[in-house]
Amino acid sequence: MTEVLGIPIQALFGQLLLGLVNGSFYALLSLGLAVIFGLLGIVNFAHGALYMMGAYAAWIMLEKFGINYWFALVLAPLVIGLLGIVIERLLLKRLYKLDPVYGLLLTFGLALIAEGIFRDQYGVSGQSYAVPDALQGATDIGFMVLPNYRAWVVLASVVVCFATWFLIEKTRLGSTLRAATENAPLVQAFGVNVPVMVMCTYGAGAALAGLAGVLAAPVIQVTPLMGSNLIIVVFAVVVIGGMGSILGSIVTGLVLGLIEGLTRAGFFASVLSIPFDALFGPGNQGSSLVSILVGPVASNVVVFIIMIIVLILRPAGLFGKGA
Amino acid sequence: MQRKSSSLVLGAYALLIVVMLAVPFIGIYPVLVMKVICFAIFACAFNLLFGYTGLLSFGHAAFFGSAAYATGWIVRALNVSPEVGVLFGVVIAAALGLVVGAIAIRRQGIYFAMITLALAQMVYFACLQMPFTHGEDGLQGVPRGRLFGALSLDSDLAMYYFVLGVAIVVFVFIRRIVHSPYGQVLKAIRENEPRAISLGYAVDRYKLLAFVLSSALAGLAGSMKTLVLGFATLSDVHWSMSGEVILMTLLGGLGTFFGPVLGAGIVISLQDGLADRAGSWVTVIIGVIFVVCVLLFRKGIVGEYVAFRARRNAKSRAGVVAQ
Amino acid sequence: MKFKQLAGAAAVASLFAMGSAQAQISGDTIKIGFITDMSGLYSDIDGPNGAEAIRMAIADMGGMINGKKVELLVADHQNKADVAASKLREWIDTQGLDMIIGGTNSGTNLAMAKVALEKKKPLISIGAGTNRMTNEECTPYTIHYAYDTVALAQVTGSQIVKNGGKSWYFLSADYAFGASLEKDTTDVVKANGGTVIGTAKHPLAASDFSAFLLQAQASKAQILGLANAGGDTINSIKAAKEFGISKTMKIAGLLVFINDVHSLGLPTAQGLLVTDSWYWDKDDQTRAWSKRFFEKAKKEPSSLQAADYSATMFYLNAVKATGTDDADKVMAQMRKSKINDFYAKDGYIREDGRMIHEMYLLEVKAQADSKYPWDYYKLVAKVPGEQAFLSPAKSVCPLLKKTS
Repeated sequence: MTEVLGIPIQALFGQLLLGLVNGSFYALLSLGLAVIFGLLGIVNFAHGALYMMGAYAAWIMLEKFGINYWFALVLAPLVIGLLGIVIERLLLKRLYKLDPVYGLLLTFGLALIAEGIFRDQYGVSGQSYAVPDALQGATDIGFMVLPNYRAWVVLASVVVCFATWFLIEKTRLGSTLRAATENAPLVQAFGVNVPVMVMCTYGAGAALAGLAGVLAAPVIQVTPLMGSNLIIVVFAVVVIGGMGSILGSIVTGLVLGLIEGLTRAGFFASVLSIPFDALFGPGNQGSSLVSILVGPVASNVVVFIIMIIVLILRPAGLFGKGA
Repeated sequence: MQRKSSSLVLGAYALLIVVMLAVPFIGIYPVLVMKVICFAIFACAFNLLFGYTGLLSFGHAAFFGSAAYATGWIVRALNVSPEVGVLFGVVIAAALGLVVGAIAIRRQGIYFAMITLALAQMVYFACLQMPFTHGEDGLQGVPRGRLFGALSLDSDLAMYYFVLGVAIVVFVFIRRIVHSPYGQVLKAIRENEPRAISLGYAVDRYKLLAFVLSSALAGLAGSMKTLVLGFATLSDVHWSMSGEVILMTLLGGLGTFFGPVLGAGIVISLQDGLADRAGSWVTVIIGVIFVVCVLLFRKGIVGEYVAFRARRNAKSRAGVVAQ
Repeated sequence: MKFKQLAGAAAVASLFAMGSAQAQISGDTIKIGFITDMSGLYSDIDGPNGAEAIRMAIADMGGMINGKKVELLVADHQNKADVAASKLREWIDTQGLDMIIGGTNSGTNLAMAKVALEKKKPLISIGAGTNRMTNEECTPYTIHYAYDTVALAQVTGSQIVKNGGKSWYFLSADYAFGASLEKDTTDVVKANGGTVIGTAKHPLAASDFSAFLLQAQASKAQILGLANAGGDTINSIKAAKEFGISKTMKIAGLLVFINDVHSLGLPTAQGLLVTDSWYWDKDDQTRAWSKRFFEKAKKEPSSLQAADYSATMFYLNAVKATGTDDADKVMAQMRKSKINDFYAKDGYIREDGRMIHEMYLLEVKAQADSKYPWDYYKLVAKVPGEQAFLSPAKSVCPLLKKTS
C-alpha cells in the first residue's frame, strides 16, 4: 500500500473526499448567505435552521408520506423556499431601514425557535435517513473506495452552485438582481417590482439551504442541531471569501472543505513535522506540538485559523470588494 | 441636572440596596439570586460594548467562559484564595479580549459580529480539547475558599454578600466610565463613527479599550459564577451563552443602565422556572422574545419606558435620552 | 434620567421579590430525586422509562414508609454536568431532597457526587459507567449500583482478546465515560497480550462518524473498540457498515444495551459480544417483573431501568429498617444489607460504594435463532462480581480496606 508522507493513500483520499463533501455544503450555504446579504443586507443566521428544516422535510416526507429521495430533492427546497418567502414578508421586510445587526439578531431568534420546536418534537438523538437505492454502495477506483452517495453530493452541489452563479452573473434576471443590489430605487423606477424580487431572492436562498439539507440527510444524522453546528463555520467561510462575490463564496467553500479534510488526515501535521524530525530525530517535542496544533484534532478550527490569517493580510476577504 | 431629582435617585438606590441586603432572609433561594447578579454583571459588560459603543460582539461567552475556567482551575489546582482566583480570571479574559478585539476591529459592523462569533467558536473548541477543562465533564468541585485568607465563603450567606459587594463596585465603575469624557467619545463613535474620526479621535484605540474593558468585566462575571456554583463547563463558552447575554441586554434596554440587570433577571428566572416544565420550549421562547424585541421593542423594557415618559413629559429634555 | 433610575430600581427590586421557590424543608416526606438524560442519545436506555421503574418501586412499597409519604422529583440534565449539579443543589437546598438516583452520563454523575458529598446526601448512581465513581472520586455517600467500565472491560475485553482479537483501535466518546472505558479496556487488552494501535475521540452525540472511522480503517487494527454508548454506538455501527469497515475489522461494542440492539436490528447486531448486569429473559423472576414493566412502557426493560427499580426498593427498605431518612444512618444500613431481588442475588455494597454482583457475557443472536420479540441474547458466561469489578488491590480509593 502506498503512502504519502506517512499517510496511507486510502486514508488520505478518503478524508479528502469527506472534506470535499463538507466543502460542498459550505459552498452551497455560503452562496445562499452571500446572495441574501447582497440583496437584502441581512446576515441570515437562520440559514443553518433552514438547512436543518430541509433535511427534516425530506425525512418527514419519507416517513409519513412515502415520498422518496428524488422527489424530496425537488419538493423540500420548494417547501423551505415558501417558508422563506413567508418569513421575508412577515418579518424581514421591516428591518431593511435598520442597522444590519438587527437582521442578524432577528434571524438568530428565528433559528432558536426552529431548533427549539424540532428539539421538542424529535429530541436531539437524530433520525437516520436511508441512502437512496440507486446511490448505495461504493465503487473501488483503485487508490480508494468511493462511496457512491458522497460522490453524488459533491457532483450535485457543484452543478447547483455553478447554475446559480450562471444565473446571477450571466443572465438578464441576474443582472437585474445585481442592479437592485446597487441601487434599488433606480431599478424600481425602471418598472421592476423590487420588493417581489427581494422576496423571491430570500426564498431562493432559503431553497438553496433546504436543498443542502436534503443532500445532507443520508450523510449526517438528521438532528435539530445540525444547522447551528454548521452555520458558524459558514460565517467564517463567508468572511474569508468576502461576501461580494458569488464565485468567491463557491470556491472558498470547496477549498476550505478540502483543507479541513487534509488536516483531518494529518497531512499538515506530517508536512510540518518534516523539518522537526530532520533536525531532532523522530518522536521529538516539536513534532508532538505540531500534531496538536495542526493535526487531525485541529480540523474543527482550521477554518477559523485561516480566517484570522486572511483578516490580518487581506481584511476585505479573498474575493471581497472592501468592507 | 442637580434638582431635587438627585435625592429621589439616591432614595431609589437606597431602597434597592436594602432589598438586596435582605434577600437571604425573605425566603428567596440565594444561589439563584447570586446567579442573576453574575449574569447582570455579564450583561452590563456587554452593554458597555454594544449599548454604549455600538459594537455587537457575538462571542462574548468566550470571555465569560475562559475566566470561569481560569478561576476554577487556579482555585482548585493552586488553592489560592477566591479574590486571587477572580483576579486571575479577569486578567485572562482581558488578555483574550485584547487579542480578539485587535483582530475583530479590523472590520466593521456585521463583519465584526461574525468575526467575534468565529473566534469565540475557536475558544470553545480549545476549551473542549484542553485537558485541564475536562471537556464535556466540566471543571467540577471548585471550592469557595477563604476570602483574603480569612473569611470562609462556604456558606451561601457569606458568599451572597461578597457577590453583592462586588456587583455594587462593578456598577459604580461602569457608571464612572459611561459618564466620563471617555464614555462620551464612545457614544460619539456609536452615533457617527466617520464624524468621530474626522474630529481627530483615534477611534480604533477607543474601540479596543472598550472591548478589553467589556471582556474583563465579562470575565469577572464568569469568575464569580464559578465560585458561586462550584463549576465551569462548556456551556459557559458556547455560542448560545453569547446569544443569551445579547438577549438580556436587548430585552432590558440597550444603552440604559439598569436595562441589562432587568434583562438578566427576567431571562434567568424564565429559564429556571420553565426548565423543568418546558424543556426545549425555553429555547423557543427565547427565540420568540428575540424576534419580538427586534421588531417591536428595540429599546428594551427600560428604554421603552424611558421613551414613554419622555413623550409624556412636555418639557424639552436636553441631552441624550440614553445615559 | 431620574425616571429611568426609579423605574429600573423598582423593577429590579420587584423582580427579586417575585423570586424563585420558597425554601421548604420537608421533614415529613421522603423525597427521591432522579436526574437523567430524558431527551438525548441516552434517553432510551434509561430516561422517562427509568422514572417509570422508580415509580413502580414507590407504588410497590405502598407510597409510604412508616407513615411518611414518598415523593419522586424528576429532571432532565440534557447531558450537561452543570445542569445536573445545579438542579441537585437546588433540590437539596429548597426541596428537602433525601436521596438522589443518578441516571446516565458519567460526567453528570461525577458532578452530582461532589454536590452530594458537600451536602451529605446519598447518591445511588445507576446509569454512569466510569469506574472513577468508586475509585479516584469515591466518597462515603456514593453507591455505584449497576455496572462500571472496569467490569465491561474485564468481561468483554478479555473474552475478545482470548478469541484472537489482539490489535485494537478505539473510537471513544470524548468525555469521562469514553475515557474511562478506553483506559480500562486498554489495561485489559495489554494484560492479555494484545496491543492498542491508536484511538480517535469523537464528541458526545456526534452526527457523523465517517471521518473517525476512516482513521480507524487506516490503522489496520483487527478490532474496532467502541468506547461509547446509546445513540453513539448505534450510529458508529451503522456508519461502519456503510463504509464496509465491518469487512476488515471486527466491531467490539463495549457498552451495548438491549434498546441499542433493538434499534440496530438483529441482522446488523448479530454476533456482538455484550456485557450487562442483567437481562429481562434471564429467569422466571426477571420475566415476571419485565412483564409488568412492558405493560407500562411497551418495551422490555434495559438493565438500567431494572436497576432503577431495585435501587429504589433497596433504599426504601433501608429507610424502613432504620425508621429515619437521615443520610448517614440510611447509608450505614445500606452498607450492612444484601440485595436479593430479581435484579441481583447476594449483591452487597463494598466500602468504596461499589455494588458487587454477578455480571453476564451475552452474545447477540442471529435473526433465525430469535423466537419471539426482544429475544436477542444467548448467555455465554456468568462472571462473579469479585472477578468482574476492580479488585481492591488495584484501587486508589481510601475507603477500601486492602486485603493483602
